[in-house]
Amino acid sequence: MAGLLTVVADGVAYGMLLFLFSIGLSVTLGLMRFINLAHGAFAMCGGYAAVMLMNAAGVPFLLTLPAAFVITGVIGVISEKAVIKHLYRMPELQQVLFSIGMAFAASALAVIIFGPQQQPVLLPDWLTGRVDLLGLEITGYRIFLVVCGLIAAVLLIALFNYTLFGAKVRASVDNRRTSEGMGINVERLFSITFGLGAALAGLGGALAVGFLGLDPTFPFKYLVIVLMVVAIGGPGSIAGSFGAAIFLGVADALFKYLVPEIGSFVIYGLLVLMMIFFPRGFAGRTA
Amino acid sequence: MCLPTSLHRFPARAFLVAAFFIAAISNFEIAYAQDRKLTVGVILPLSGAFADQGKHYEDGIKVFQKIHGNKVGNVVVETVVRDDQGPGSGDLARRLTQELIQRNKAQIILGYSFTPNAMASATLLTEAKTPAVIVNAATSIITEKSPYFSRVSFTLPQIASSLGTWAAKSSVKTAYTIVSDYAPGLDAETWFTKTFEAGGGKIVGSVRTPVAAMEYSPFLQRAIEAKPDAIFAFNPGGDVAVAFMKATKERGVTKSGIKLLVTGDVVDDNLLPAMGDSVEDVISALHYQVELDNPANAKFLKGFREMFGANAVPSYRVVQGYDGMALIYQALEKTGGKTDADSIMAAIKGAKLDSPRGPIQIDPQTRDIIENIYIRRGVQKDGKWVNAAFETIEAVKDPAK
Repeated sequence: MAGLLTVVADGVAYGMLLFLFSIGLSVTLGLMRFINLAHGAFAMCGGYAAVMLMNAAGVPFLLTLPAAFVITGVIGVISEKAVIKHLYRMPELQQVLFSIGMAFAASALAVIIFGPQQQPVLLPDWLTGRVDLLGLEITGYRIFLVVCGLIAAVLLIALFNYTLFGAKVRASVDNRRTSEGMGINVERLFSITFGLGAALAGLGGALAVGFLGLDPTFPFKYLVIVLMVVAIGGPGSIAGSFGAAIFLGVADALFKYLVPEIGSFVIYGLLVLMMIFFPRGFAGRTA
Repeated sequence: MCLPTSLHRFPARAFLVAAFFIAAISNFEIAYAQDRKLTVGVILPLSGAFADQGKHYEDGIKVFQKIHGNKVGNVVVETVVRDDQGPGSGDLARRLTQELIQRNKAQIILGYSFTPNAMASATLLTEAKTPAVIVNAATSIITEKSPYFSRVSFTLPQIASSLGTWAAKSSVKTAYTIVSDYAPGLDAETWFTKTFEAGGGKIVGSVRTPVAAMEYSPFLQRAIEAKPDAIFAFNPGGDVAVAFMKATKERGVTKSGIKLLVTGDVVDDNLLPAMGDSVEDVISALHYQVELDNPANAKFLKGFREMFGANAVPSYRVVQGYDGMALIYQALEKTGGKTDADSIMAAIKGAKLDSPRGPIQIDPQTRDIIENIYIRRGVQKDGKWVNAAFETIEAVKDPAK
């Protein structure tokens, strides 16, 4: 029984990681309707920023997180201004081809700059130690992930649902012309939102590397699971992504534990069922 | 009027031209007699997800040529490097092999990091009568697919069976196996189980995980609950190995008194910095570790560190690339510069080398490698984590043949 609870707790933490990893995409894909398969590339960017600061400059782990957020956000805004803004009105296929091309380019760039090897990511001791929490043995890092995930979820839900900024973003996505007519500077708004999505990807990347490692193939390795979170959660819904990520994390862990022979495939089966019966996901917004 | 002059001048000019020609030809012939060229076609994954591996072998080849020069007798050894992109591209590896043989006139091939790529090229090598030295691909059966194959790496049965034998001898009564679900993983599981059970051990459970699994916690939790004396694990290395090792530390596997046994490629020396203290007390078996104390290794490390910096740590893959070149050089020495396939293969069969990993031999019957397998333990030395060998099993043959 204790074993089962430990596995569930681990699953929740893994789900939080998936959530942090995919909220950036939920913002760009879900709210802005831009199919951003280069999401992983932004996450990788945040990962490298954190690892380089930590290993080369000796910056403490906690400080590398905001740094990764800011650096990736700036790169996101620059790339939005330079190229991505031209793609909003293009058909979906163009967006897919463009953004996957961007991910390949980013991956090749990472090989040139950082080399093809795994980057060493060693977390501070207070994060890797095991903690006894109400009879559950769990590591500090997993608790830390859960806390980060909860904070991010609350802040983002508040931002997009209860602030003027969020209302403007939603309005602009639903009807760009009318929004512009009402005096909303849509171009600037989209730059900021895309930058925010990229920054969140960077933060997710920086948090994930301690768990998943980091090398130049990072943009592709986790693309599927991230897309799954957004698809099951329903594009555009932060709360939906949150629920989907926890659900996937726990389901994955439980099935791997209970029926290891098939456990790894269960979540993909769930995805198929979900797409058949709830094509908009848990909480999909209608257009 | 001008005829006499031109008549007069013609022989002179003709003579000059002829002299030039003769000089050029004889020069060429002299050059030919002094320096002949041997092209070694090198096929490695140099882009994509496995670019890191490919670079290690290439580094090994470079280090060897830096230390030993590029000439054997009067033969200049040149390499032409091609990128086969990884394990999913047997067709590409075959095409590159053909190109290297036909267009670049490669007389020996060195490479193949992955089994499918070596397998796909086998019939071509037989047809073209071109010797090929396998730099890594570790599935046992490959060398039987062409009489021109030889191997300088290892086979998984070699390592897994050594570890199984050791475990059974070392008061490990029960074991739980966790291997990645693909051919090498099944090889590892089969041979560990075979020798472990032959030594009186009992397997209390086994699980096969997806090749790219990153979240190992649930699998480990289940393994721990089975309360085995030891967990045996194999996975494809790289980030998966790092994630696995970190998960074992998180679950406190070695702390709870369970021995953790892995094939040595999982705790590759150059991944140790990324694994940190999670390798503490982890027991592994492999054919090379940086710590080996022998003259050949000292020479190799000196050359390696001159090229890649004083703190660089070579992967066992670098040594495999290095030994691949060493085998080719030795074969050329033995043949006295003859580069035809039969002479080279005759020289390769039974070749003995003083490798950085200790003495190695190419089995004259199977053309596979016979080498020492070291049983190592993860310990901290001078602030760094290393695999320290505490037992050597000498001259291990591939048990699957």
